[in-house]
Amino acid sequence: MTRSTFSAARPAGIRWHPTFVRFVPVVVIVLVLIAVWYVAAVLMNLNLVRGAFERDDTPYTTGQLIAGTMRAERPLLPAPHQIVQTFAEDVFGWPVTSPRSLVYHGWVTLSATFVGFLLGATFGIVLAVLIVHVRTLQKSLLPWIICSQMVPILAVAPIVIVVLGAIGLRGLLPKAIISAYLCFFPVVIGVVKGLTSPDPIQGDLMRTWSATPAQIFWKLRWPSAVPFLFASLKVSITISLIGAIVAELPTGAQAGIGARLLAGSYYGQMIQIWAALVAASVLAVGLIGVVSLIERWVAQLMGARS
Amino acid sequence: MRAPDQPIREGVTSPGAFAVSAHDISLTFQTADGEVEALSNIDLDIAEGDFVSFIGPSGCGKTTLLRVIADLERPTAGTILINGVTSEQARVQRHYGYIFQAPALYPWRTIERNVMLPLEIMGFDAAERRRRVEQYLKLVNLSGFERKYPWQLSGGMQQRASIARALSFEPALLLMDEPFGALDEIVRDHLNEQLLRLWNQTGKTVVFVTHSIPEAVFLSTKIVVMSPRPGRIIDVISCNFPRDRTLEIRETPEFLKIAQRVRSGLRSGHSYDE
Repeated sequence: MTRSTFSAARPAGIRWHPTFVRFVPVVVIVLVLIAVWYVAAVLMNLNLVRGAFERDDTPYTTGQLIAGTMRAERPLLPAPHQIVQTFAEDVFGWPVTSPRSLVYHGWVTLSATFVGFLLGATFGIVLAVLIVHVRTLQKSLLPWIICSQMVPILAVAPIVIVVLGAIGLRGLLPKAIISAYLCFFPVVIGVVKGLTSPDPIQGDLMRTWSATPAQIFWKLRWPSAVPFLFASLKVSITISLIGAIVAELPTGAQAGIGARLLAGSYYGQMIQIWAALVAASVLAVGLIGVVSLIERWVAQLMGARS
Repeated sequence: MRAPDQPIREGVTSPGAFAVSAHDISLTFQTADGEVEALSNIDLDIAEGDFVSFIGPSGCGKTTLLRVIADLERPTAGTILINGVTSEQARVQRHYGYIFQAPALYPWRTIERNVMLPLEIMGFDAAERRRRVEQYLKLVNLSGFERKYPWQLSGGMQQRASIARALSFEPALLLMDEPFGALDEIVRDHLNEQLLRLWNQTGKTVVFVTHSIPEAVFLSTKIVVMSPRPGRIIDVISCNFPRDRTLEIRETPEFLKIAQRVRSGLRSGHSYDE
C-alpha cells in the first residue's frame, strides 16, 4: 500500500542525476565554443589552403578545401584537435628532460614561478605588517607601491634582466624577481585590509587585558588576516606565473613556456603557440587548485563553517 | 564587605575604600562638527561589592563613563581612582573584566580557547589555564561546549562564554556594557538571575550599563540615572532588596515604586532639551 502511495506521489518527468544537472550548462557552453572555433578555423584558413591548391595547379573540391583547413601545417587558427594533438605529443611524446618536451619547459617556468611567488608573498606580507604598524609608512610607502604596478612589466623586464645579467645573475633568479615584482601587490593590499579587519571591540578587549603589541598581532590581527591573505594568494599565484612567462620573452630565453611562445611566433608555428598556451593554463589551474586546497585545510583548522 | 543597601557617599574621597571613585570628571570629544560634551562634572563613588547600574537614554554618556572607568577613554578633566590607583594602572594591573554588548568571541577559537585567551595573554601556566576554563565554563553553565566554535552556539550562550572569559582571570571589578541588550527578554531574564547568583557568590563589584528600567531595578544595589547633552548624573537611587532576590520581586509595590522614581528621573532629564 505504501509502495503504491509513493509511486503515485512521484512526479511524471524523468529524474536527472544531480551531478549531471550540474555539469550540463558547462558542457553545453564548451561544445558551443568548440563549434564556433571550428567554423572560425575553416574561415580563417580557407585562403591559405586555396592558395596552396592554386599554386600547385591541382583541381580541388569544396570538401577537400574544408578538409585542408583542418590539417594545415601552418594554419592561422589551428583547429582544436590539432592543438590537443600537438599538446599531447609535446607532453607525452618526449622524455621530460628533452628540450622538445612541454613538461621540461613547463617545469622551467614553474620553478621560476614558485621562487617568485614565495619572494613576492613574503615581501608583500612584510610590507603590509610595516604599513599597518608604522603610521608614516602608510603615507610614504603606499603611493609608491601603487605606482610600481602602473609601470608596464614588459618595459621593466628587459631592464631587470640585462642589469642582473651584467652582475652575473642569470637563469632562474631574474625571472623570479620579475615574477615577485608583479605578485607582491595583491598580497600587500589584501593583508593590510586583513590586519585592520578586527572589530574595534576586539581591539578594546585586548587593551583591557593590557596585551602587548606582539600579542595583539599574533592572537588577533594575524588570524583575522588569514582569509584575506588566501584571497590575495589566489590572485597572486597566477600573476606570478604570468610574470615568469613574460620574463622569458625579452632575452629570447632558451627554455620555458615563454621561450616556446617566442619560438612559435618567430617561425609562424601557431600550433606550438597554442599548445604552450594550453600548458600555461593547465599550470595556472593547478596552482590555484593547490592554493585553494591549502586554504580549505587552514579554514578547517580555524573552525570555519563547512 | 559593605551591606548592599549602604548609600553611595557622594563627593567623599578616601581612596582604597571604593572600587571606583570619580571626582568632577568631564570629557569633551573633538568631532568634525565641533566639540561634543560627553560627560560633565561626574562625581561618583562605588563601594566594593556594590552592583551599580547606569541608566539613561542613548547619548547620555553611560557607556562613555564605563569606558572612562576602564581607561578606554581619558577624561579631559577630573580624577578617577580604581581600587585606589589610577585608571591606567588599574587597566595595566588587570583590575577589571569588561563585557561588551556583543560577545566578541574570536571565531577561530573554540569556546575553551576563547575563555583561555586572557589567561594566555597574562601568562598563566597551562595547568592553571585548564583548571580555570573548566571552573568558569561550569559557573556559566557551558560545560560540554568546550570544543564548540562560537558560531555553533546561540547568542545567549555566546554572551555567557564572554562572561566566563571576563571572570577567568578573577578581577575584583566587572564592567558590563549592556551585555544582554541584544538578547530576547526570556533569555535576558534568565541571564539576569544567573548574573545575580554569580555576584552573590563571588562578592565582586559590578558596574552595569543598561537602558532597561526593570533590569536596572532588579539587578542593582544602586541605580545611577543619567541624562544627555551634556552627559551628567541626575539621580542616585538605592535599592535594598535582598541579595538573593528572585524575578518575583518585580511584582512588589516597592519594586514598582523604585521603577517609578527611575522613570520620572529619566523624564525630567529629557525635558532639558525639549
